[in-house]
Amino acid sequence: MTGMLLDGLLAVTLVALAWRVLHAPELFESVVIFITLGLLMAIAWARLSAPDIALAEASIGAGLTGVLLLDTLRALHRGWENDAAREPARPWRAGWPALVATGLLALILCAALLAVPRNSSGLVAEVRAQMPDSGVSQPVTAVLLNFRGYDTWLELGVLLIAVIGVLSLRGAPGLTAAPPGQVSALLSWLARLLVPVVVLVAGYLLWLGSSAAGGAFQAGVVLGAGGVLLWLAGHRPLTREWQWKLLLALGFFCFFAIGVGLMAGGGLLLEFPAGWAGPLILLIETGAALSIGATMAALFIGLHFPVGGKPSGGTRAG
Amino acid sequence: MSAVLDGIGMGLCVIGAVFFLAGTLGLLRFPDTLSRLHALTKADNLGLGFIVLGLALESGSWAVAGKLGIIWLLALLAGASACYLIARHTDEKRQGGGK
Repeated sequence: MTGMLLDGLLAVTLVALAWRVLHAPELFESVVIFITLGLLMAIAWARLSAPDIALAEASIGAGLTGVLLLDTLRALHRGWENDAAREPARPWRAGWPALVATGLLALILCAALLAVPRNSSGLVAEVRAQMPDSGVSQPVTAVLLNFRGYDTWLELGVLLIAVIGVLSLRGAPGLTAAPPGQVSALLSWLARLLVPVVVLVAGYLLWLGSSAAGGAFQAGVVLGAGGVLLWLAGHRPLTREWQWKLLLALGFFCFFAIGVGLMAGGGLLLEFPAGWAGPLILLIETGAALSIGATMAALFIGLHFPVGGKPSGGTRAG
Repeated sequence: MSAVLDGIGMGLCVIGAVFFLAGTLGLLRFPDTLSRLHALTKADNLGLGFIVLGLALESGSWAVAGKLGIIWLLALLAGASACYLIARHTDEKRQGGGK
């Protein structure tokens, strides 16, 4: 009874917040409500017994996306000051095609949901049967890094391409540029205190991934947040360009090297030999976590400066 | 014994919830940024503290209680620092004489 009440309240609040995100009078309010929406979304996932997704939603959906949106907003406002332009009005009429499209998508999803046999448990039985050979004891990690390792590998590829795209647009001040502005002594102190804790928590989450909710993505985002904190506190997380490049590409190429290595040994791509699955998964996950952390921090630092490269927001010569 | 501990744990959680409720009310009703921050930090520090204490008793395990304690300390640290940064920003804006 209490559970149903909580779930009902959560569902109603989620829809109401989503409405507010779209209709808040100011963009700043939209961003703040979006972060709140992400946190409540994480609770919803936890209620659905999906702690892995809850962790990812809280850290990526609410945390890092929120930071990126706030940073974007700051850059937008700086642009508006120059142009003497205001926040654009968001007329209802422009929203109609989007509303129709999302409505159709919702209908298709509902139809797909209804088409699923009622008492189907999906591939749960198959996953259970293969668990002893997977090298880990957590089914989610077994699926992500062993049974469906391809998907995770390609996801890391998507992340790498995304960060390359952002960095190509970014312009002059590199990832090793010092953060602009004056830093409060408190923030500097906080960073010095928290960054070791961040590294510890990331390592813990990574290790936990083999037996409980956790793993490379959660650990990576925690590392990324640590990088952002360091940078905001006036420190450079990495001092050389090649260090950034190495860390950004590490996860993808860890997968690549192990996959190709296994093929050279006579196996299939990413077919872990018996007994080696556990250590190989840990190796891949470590590389992936470092890459994800570097990607998140690089996205933030890269986006911090406006396109064209001048931190002051001046117009490009030409 | 466990029933007594259970009761105390529940009671502490309820006290924590009351602090959160009061803090939220303050956040919504107080007139300016600084007094809102004041209300919010009470909820963060004491509300979370009581709930963590209650949950630690309910868990009946030292390891879980320790982890909960660390979460509380980290939340305290982050909350107090964020509060300071927001307050400083407000102060700078006021002294800037802009709006």
